[in-house]
Amino acid sequence: MNDITLEERTRNLQGLGSSRKRVEDVRFTQGKGNYIDDIKIDGMLFGDFVRSPYAHARVTGVDTEAALKVPGVLAVLTADDLKPLNLHWMPTLAGDTQMVLADGKVLFQGQEVAFVVAADRYAAADGVEAVEVEYEELPVVTDPFKALSPDAPVLREDIKDRTEGAHGPVRHHNHIFTWEQGDKDATEKVLAEADVMAEEMVYYHRTHPCPLETCGCVASMDKVNGKLTLYGTFQAPHAIRTVVSLISGIAEHNIRVISPDIGGGFGNKVGAYSGYVCSVVASIVTGKPVKWVEDRMDNLMSTAFARDYWMQGKIAATKDGKITGLWCHTTADHGGFDACADPTKFPAGFMNICTGSYDIPVAYLSVDGVYTNKAPGGVAYRCSFRVTEAAYFIERMIEVLAIRLDMDAAELRRINFIGKDQFPYQSALGWEYDSGDYHAAWEKALDAVDYTGLRKEQAQRLEDFKAGKTRKLLGIGLAHFTEIVGAGPVKNCDILGLGMFDSCEIRIHPTGSAIARLGTISQGQGHATTFAQIIASEIGIPADDITLEEGDTDTAPYGLGTYGSRSTPVAGAATAMASRKIMAKAQMIAAYLLEVHDNDVEFEVDRFVVKGAPERFKTMKEIAFAAYNQAIPGLEPGLEAVSYYDPPNMTYPFGAYICAMEIDVDTGEHEIRQFYALDDCGTRINPMIIDGQVHGGATEGYAIAMGQEIAYDEMGNHMTATLMDFFLPTAWETPVYVTDHTVTPSPHHPIGAKGVGESPNVGSVPAFSNAVHDAFRPFGLVQSHMPHDHWRIWKIADDLGLHQ
Amino acid sequence: MIPSGFEYHRPENVSSAVEILKKHGDDARVIAGGHSLVPLMKLRMAEMAHLVDLQEIAELRRISFNRDNVVIGAMTTQAEIVSNGQLSSLIPILRETALLISDPQVRNMGTMGGNVAHGDPGNDMPAVMQCLDAGYTLSGPDGTRTVKARDFYESAYFTVRSDDEILTGITIPMPVMSGYAYEKQKRKIGDYAIAAAAVLIGDGKASVAFTNLSDTPVWSASASRALASGSIEQCVDCAMDAIEPQSDIRGPAEFKKHVAKVVLRRAIHKAMERTK
Repeated sequence: MNDITLEERTRNLQGLGSSRKRVEDVRFTQGKGNYIDDIKIDGMLFGDFVRSPYAHARVTGVDTEAALKVPGVLAVLTADDLKPLNLHWMPTLAGDTQMVLADGKVLFQGQEVAFVVAADRYAAADGVEAVEVEYEELPVVTDPFKALSPDAPVLREDIKDRTEGAHGPVRHHNHIFTWEQGDKDATEKVLAEADVMAEEMVYYHRTHPCPLETCGCVASMDKVNGKLTLYGTFQAPHAIRTVVSLISGIAEHNIRVISPDIGGGFGNKVGAYSGYVCSVVASIVTGKPVKWVEDRMDNLMSTAFARDYWMQGKIAATKDGKITGLWCHTTADHGGFDACADPTKFPAGFMNICTGSYDIPVAYLSVDGVYTNKAPGGVAYRCSFRVTEAAYFIERMIEVLAIRLDMDAAELRRINFIGKDQFPYQSALGWEYDSGDYHAAWEKALDAVDYTGLRKEQAQRLEDFKAGKTRKLLGIGLAHFTEIVGAGPVKNCDILGLGMFDSCEIRIHPTGSAIARLGTISQGQGHATTFAQIIASEIGIPADDITLEEGDTDTAPYGLGTYGSRSTPVAGAATAMASRKIMAKAQMIAAYLLEVHDNDVEFEVDRFVVKGAPERFKTMKEIAFAAYNQAIPGLEPGLEAVSYYDPPNMTYPFGAYICAMEIDVDTGEHEIRQFYALDDCGTRINPMIIDGQVHGGATEGYAIAMGQEIAYDEMGNHMTATLMDFFLPTAWETPVYVTDHTVTPSPHHPIGAKGVGESPNVGSVPAFSNAVHDAFRPFGLVQSHMPHDHWRIWKIADDLGLHQ
Repeated sequence: MIPSGFEYHRPENVSSAVEILKKHGDDARVIAGGHSLVPLMKLRMAEMAHLVDLQEIAELRRISFNRDNVVIGAMTTQAEIVSNGQLSSLIPILRETALLISDPQVRNMGTMGGNVAHGDPGNDMPAVMQCLDAGYTLSGPDGTRTVKARDFYESAYFTVRSDDEILTGITIPMPVMSGYAYEKQKRKIGDYAIAAAAVLIGDGKASVAFTNLSDTPVWSASASRALASGSIEQCVDCAMDAIEPQSDIRGPAEFKKHVAKVVLRRAIHKAMERTK
């Protein structure tokens, strides 16, 4: 009767722990994805922006006459056209407002000035060329410290006299907020009395998520039924629907937002952009669908950047290396508008996770947000709201302290890790870490790379270098990071007032297959693969028999979307909880069919069996059918459930990354000889997808650490607006990774999962950067800023006198 | 990133291509592989009313091997340079250089003529052609003329070619010195050089040239003489006097000078080891 074993039945489900192949890849590898630019609607028009060539200027006139004469051009929108609709400015996610089109002035190079609507892209581009804009240049400030000087130019004339901002008092016309966490007095006392105190400025430079697919949308207003359909590259389609409703006045039920396949987001596609507003307005004005898709330069110059944090740090310790306190003051460059994408109560995101993996008794953090003449943004580029900055800061400060103590940096970490028995751990800056076993992960990592052997080799290399036998140094980069993901509990996490829960609705069909819809949206993460695996294990239906749908607000339950590694911690939990509601009913159906009491049946892989009589069972297929064809007393027909999950806490994935890097002191070139990445993301849903996530995130981390930057000159000219200058590694530059794991399940998550997509970006940047620093440590290097491209590494060597 | 409108021409021989250029003057530009020109057009930094595509002209695709020289047709792609065994054995520095130009997709489209005619100081082949003392054949309304690669480049994107002339071929005198090397440091695949050096050495002669270290490719007579006489240090000193790198996103000028020295020394050592 049981003709196949329990193990085989489990394997057939392809549930949790299965390296099931990605179901999405059947279409992606055949070029059959459906991305925003694949969407074509009859009569569709195209929009394109006139952008500012200046970083700071008054706009004294926009002449659209010539543009309107270009064949194919139908309309040119300016701020004056949007004013009557009150859409010339729009709210940002950070409590600020942002110009949709230049309203009297521009604040960064590439800012949107006018929107040309034409019959095709070519006509739109010709129309953009023909718009004549008059500018009066104003003094430019690109340095956030200079922006706070008393005589700095006033950037935001619209709010220059305010004394209160969205996040408290404002002290200067270019000051946005100051955010303070922790105990300032206690921390300063500890610093003053410490055996040892190290201080350093750690800069995490401005970079950009630069997804393969740029941002775009198609707005289609049906004037007959009053319905607006908005297709777009939205990481949070439901929130976009609410925002569009609030700012346009169109009733929310008359708006349908659809996120089709998305070619990478990495935070770039969370916010609301001028292109969306202008496309909607243009569709309403023309009565036709309007498409807007950024080109690469538009994307790099105007849609959300990441990082740009100047972090002044002080760390105190006993002479034996036990850390006693941490202090950090961050100057955050937000550009011309504060368009950060953070939960409302966290204007600097989760920067207060900057105590990292360490048991630090007191700490203090303050963050100053500042306006400059640069593009707005400050999004979480494959990270959870400034966790990358926090992790980089603490992992650099640990290295700086190790130098100060003349101690091995691996040992310094070891003696300061939060102990396994200290969880749940209350951090000095206000978080409750749910779980962890840092020592176990650390020892496993050090063993795996033969840390002692590496150090010996490094010492030998140093001797050889000093003896003139080689011009290459060996750097060993260590990093142990703690993430904070899965935002988040509704009690303290919201975006624009929307609580950061998420959702899943599951419907079991009569034949025992299923469809599940979620409030999240995959951008390449493989949700259709992994969420089906959660359901497979919970309900006992093969993952192959489960369809996943996301991204259509008319059909999916409301959710806050995918960013900040929140899909698995929040929507994944909702998926498990919805499954369990179904199972509660399925158990009753099984008991009815087996003619026993509800409590006399138990679930076993893919069926309910009578306790003590395993030959008596009903499979989930049979139960599903019964739900639709039996009149069961006291039960409604059908088998479906929805769950809205409000997580009780964040999850805290962690990892240990080690990088061995060869550095040529004469050319500044490097070679990644070895990169080991151990991740603990709790319960592992699909190990193959985890590996893929780690490879992708570590490659982004490699790019950021070793060359990727958004650079401006002093005039505010954008220096890195193409992929010639903005470093995206090809297969040739990409290092080879060794992945590994430990498993410390989250105690509060229904299946113990923590999220992993962003860990490798968070953890790898300090590992790469620390390797560079470590190579030069014997010559006295303490701190040098990223990106560590050829010339900056050469400069380190040159400043240390290694070229004589 | 959409070019302005233009009329597209696709002549089948050099004389009709020259006719089109003559008729439209500086309103016309020729296009070969397009890897330099098309991005400029998309940025609207290059706008022309007439685009003359050379890809149908079979006579520009030949490589001919003669007793005193090798002639490479302008439309020969970098990929063809890489895969031509006879060329690689006679003038191996060409293959070595071509392999350092971007990736296979670019090499399948990018041509020798486009690379040397465009006048971009970041292009790799001009320095190599100067090193080889190659000549460029220019065909115009008044017939053809030959200009030495060493005399061709005036400043960035400016060359002695007139608007109505087409660079149709590259003549490399034979035999070529047996020791060779092209050493290039770049940030990533697809990038221009931070600094690159071409070195030829053999039979008491030497030749030294650089890519992307001035607003034109740089061949240094004094550095070449010094190397021929066996003085590497003097060669390096002379080379440093000849270059004038600019600070940019790839790094400050002093860094580029330093790297120029490193790649030159490496190229010299590699070339000397390869000398037969």
